[in-house]
Amino acid sequence: MKFKRLWAIFKARNLEFFRDRSALGWNFVFPFLIVAGFGVIFGGKGYTEYKVGLAPYSGRIESGSSVDIPSDFKELRYTEFVGFQTLEEGLETLRHHKIDLLIRIDATPFQYWVDDTSPKGYILEKAFRGSFAEMTDDLPASRMEFKGKRIRYIDWLFPGILSMNMMFSALWGVGYIVVRYRKNGVLKRLKATPLTAFEYLTAQVLSRIFLLMFTLTVVWAGCHLIFSFEVAGFYLDLFAVFFVGGLSMSAMGLLVASRGTSEEFADGVLNFITWPMMFLSEVWFSIESAPRWIKTFAQTFPLTHMLKAARMIMNDGASLRDVSLEIGILLSIALVCLTLGASLFSWNK
Amino acid sequence: MSYILEVKQISKFFKTLAAVSDVTFSIEKGTCFGLLGPNGAGKTTLIEIIENIIPPTSGEVLYKGNPRTTAFREEVGIQFQQTALLSYLTVHETLKTFQAFYRTSPDLKGLISECYLDEILTQYNDKISGGQRQRLLLSLALINDPQLLFLDEPSTGLDPHARRNLWEIIERQKGLGRTIILTTHYMEEAERLCDIVAIMDHGRLIAMGSPRDLISTHCRGAVLSLSKAGVKNSLGKLPTFAGEIGDRIEIQTDDINSFLKEFLENGVPLSDMVIRSPNLEDVFIKLTGRKLRN
Repeated sequence: MKFKRLWAIFKARNLEFFRDRSALGWNFVFPFLIVAGFGVIFGGKGYTEYKVGLAPYSGRIESGSSVDIPSDFKELRYTEFVGFQTLEEGLETLRHHKIDLLIRIDATPFQYWVDDTSPKGYILEKAFRGSFAEMTDDLPASRMEFKGKRIRYIDWLFPGILSMNMMFSALWGVGYIVVRYRKNGVLKRLKATPLTAFEYLTAQVLSRIFLLMFTLTVVWAGCHLIFSFEVAGFYLDLFAVFFVGGLSMSAMGLLVASRGTSEEFADGVLNFITWPMMFLSEVWFSIESAPRWIKTFAQTFPLTHMLKAARMIMNDGASLRDVSLEIGILLSIALVCLTLGASLFSWNK
Repeated sequence: MSYILEVKQISKFFKTLAAVSDVTFSIEKGTCFGLLGPNGAGKTTLIEIIENIIPPTSGEVLYKGNPRTTAFREEVGIQFQQTALLSYLTVHETLKTFQAFYRTSPDLKGLISECYLDEILTQYNDKISGGQRQRLLLSLALINDPQLLFLDEPSTGLDPHARRNLWEIIERQKGLGRTIILTTHYMEEAERLCDIVAIMDHGRLIAMGSPRDLISTHCRGAVLSLSKAGVKNSLGKLPTFAGEIGDRIEIQTDDINSFLKEFLENGVPLSDMVIRSPNLEDVFIKLTGRKLRN
């Protein structure tokens, strides 16, 4: 292996990345926008998850409005109350799922309507009925104080967004680009030189990891200025986890790109890989209650392990030793994909 | 005799289609060897087998008397018929990148000057004209000071001026003693640049030799070109030995006097008659019955 040749490809690929202004901008702007968006949604006070209709009621319903419903229910967080002048109007709105629960407030006792198929309606119904029970002080349960450091939602979400961005960047940045170069004949031209497949592939993976870490650092710094993320563990450990994760996903991209000249096919394969990873690796939500086979299946994804390790370090203050299993799995995935990708690689077809 | 390249019984099948059939030839050092043939004749497939880009179905290629090793890549320069380059690199960066692939490389300044690239060095490699692009591709093929240079239809798609510029560069490279293998379907290009020409059709070599030998062997004498309508009106029919090219007929003969006498006796109008020397295209038509660019 000649370092000079490897460096030439590494440098050329990096120049391509930084000079492709639209792609470059998107690489930085996309994760920032998602984090900022979720920060605004979940961090602000105006966020509402549930909507309750009240009829008959005219005018805008504010938090202090004198609506005659139990105060515990009226003060329910993440809930917005909407007034309707007539019951019919409220029922029509409920029928179209624009509200989750409708309460008739001029009846004694209260009358309410809920769509049996609506999960939010079900929760609101329980809360509404429960708000009457809480009027009595002899509940067979008591609220205990939550001890320990709280993890803000944004601190939980942020590693997920960054990891997801790394996944897309690694898989498309290696997989799609190599297939495109094979299709338009760049790889054939490179084959006509002394450059070896090993040198070319190594340069591709190293370049992508460098770009991933660079993007990660810039996005992290930018988001940190706004959201002041809290990292319970060491930054260096977190960096190491992202590095190994980036390696394993770039290697996966290499495996996808080892053969083929169809960009459409590569695009399909990459979507086929990334979508399950995005939903089952707990980027957005927990799969704790999912069937066992789904949880087992999710363990085959590098994103699952990178994210788990990153959250352990960031949220729980874990050390590299604590996440050694995840790092070991990520390195194993990288090794398998690199070996398979390199052995299957073709310059021409 | 020592050959720089020996091609022995090369065949290439794509499923059942024979792209190259049992081709054998040898090339001496310092020769400009032309592979001439129409589109689809198998020229590019054959040259890519020799370049070690695709494997043959059968046969063998020897470089300096031995099977090609990793050293082959260091010592040859290749310009493909169609190729893209690494994106978002300037012409100069593209040259520097390719220069890094080789153990030895000549002075880049000299190469830039030789291929007339001075004025486009800072432009992106995909933002240059067709002629500039071909000169850049040629400079990349020359970047390792190759002993053997492959040029696959280097002037296809270029305007006459750009084509002549390219020919000048190739002639200078030939003058340096480089061995050149060139594919083309331009007979003028082959006649001007090549010492030896091999004519291919349907994957087979159908003739090989110097342009002069091929012409004198297969097309002696001269070619008479006349208006088809004039001949037909005067003679009542076209001569069976004449070839039709558009609205003209061409007769290849080594006895011009007899033809002229017959035409004059039959009142064939000779005012638009052209007499020219036969060329490689005539050889090709004679051997295959088709034009080179059909």
